[in-house]
Amino acid sequence: MDIKVSVRESEGDAYVVDLTGEIDVYTSPKVKDAITELIDREHYHLVINLEKVRYIDSTGLGVLIGGLKRVREHGGSVNLVCTNPQIKKIFDITGLVKIFGIFDDEQSAMKALA
Amino acid sequence: MNPAPAATQSHGIVRLEIPAIAEWVAVARLAVAAVASRQRFSVDDIEDIKLAVAESCTNAIQHGAVDNVISIVCEVGTDGIVITVSDRGQGPPLSAVEEERIGEGGRTEELGVFLIRALMDSVEYTSDVHGGTQLVMVKRVSG
Repeated sequence: MDIKVSVRESEGDAYVVDLTGEIDVYTSPKVKDAITELIDREHYHLVINLEKVRYIDSTGLGVLIGGLKRVREHGGSVNLVCTNPQIKKIFDITGLVKIFGIFDDEQSAMKALA
Repeated sequence: MNPAPAATQSHGIVRLEIPAIAEWVAVARLAVAAVASRQRFSVDDIEDIKLAVAESCTNAIQHGAVDNVISIVCEVGTDGIVITVSDRGQGPPLSAVEEERIGEGGRTEELGVFLIRALMDSVEYTSDVHGGTQLVMVKRVSG
């Protein structure tokens, strides 16, 4: 099991983090490193694309929450792209749908960045 | 301690031990998913079981399985599956499980226990500084 993480610059100062695979206690440090590096470089408007993520657990959610907290300290935001019903369900039952902007496609997520 | 009565009649018991190391959690969740697929669970239910097992193993790793082993016992029965995850660590703080919803302030360990409770039909946690931690969780076949 692994996670593929790739980062690309998008419109304005926004960056997109594309994730492919499964995010769990083993793979989430790799995701955390990518998000932390972007924030350390003062990029505070992020879209994290979960379209190709098949699985996420609490450690993955923790990484996303941690990233959101940090960018908000700088007036930034994190929007998610997610179409997998099982993953959407996890965001729903944890109440995280109220905290993250969750969109069906990258264009909408990008548009909604603060 | 014996598994909680979920399944009125046992159709088989599968025992698995994994090292309490992060990279083995995927093996545990996939193995348990394979066991659960012997029962009439929906795909969504099996995903719930996978996540609950993974969260249990993650808790064991994060809260010190002192002999470096996590034991997972699955009992498939007529009505569902009983999964017992045990280790010799202290387990997560039980106060973590009381929140109705975990928001931005929630810690990862709280999220993990919360998810287990939300996804399974019955969850019983026992934690003892001397005897370790045992989680017995039940998923019943719906419909």
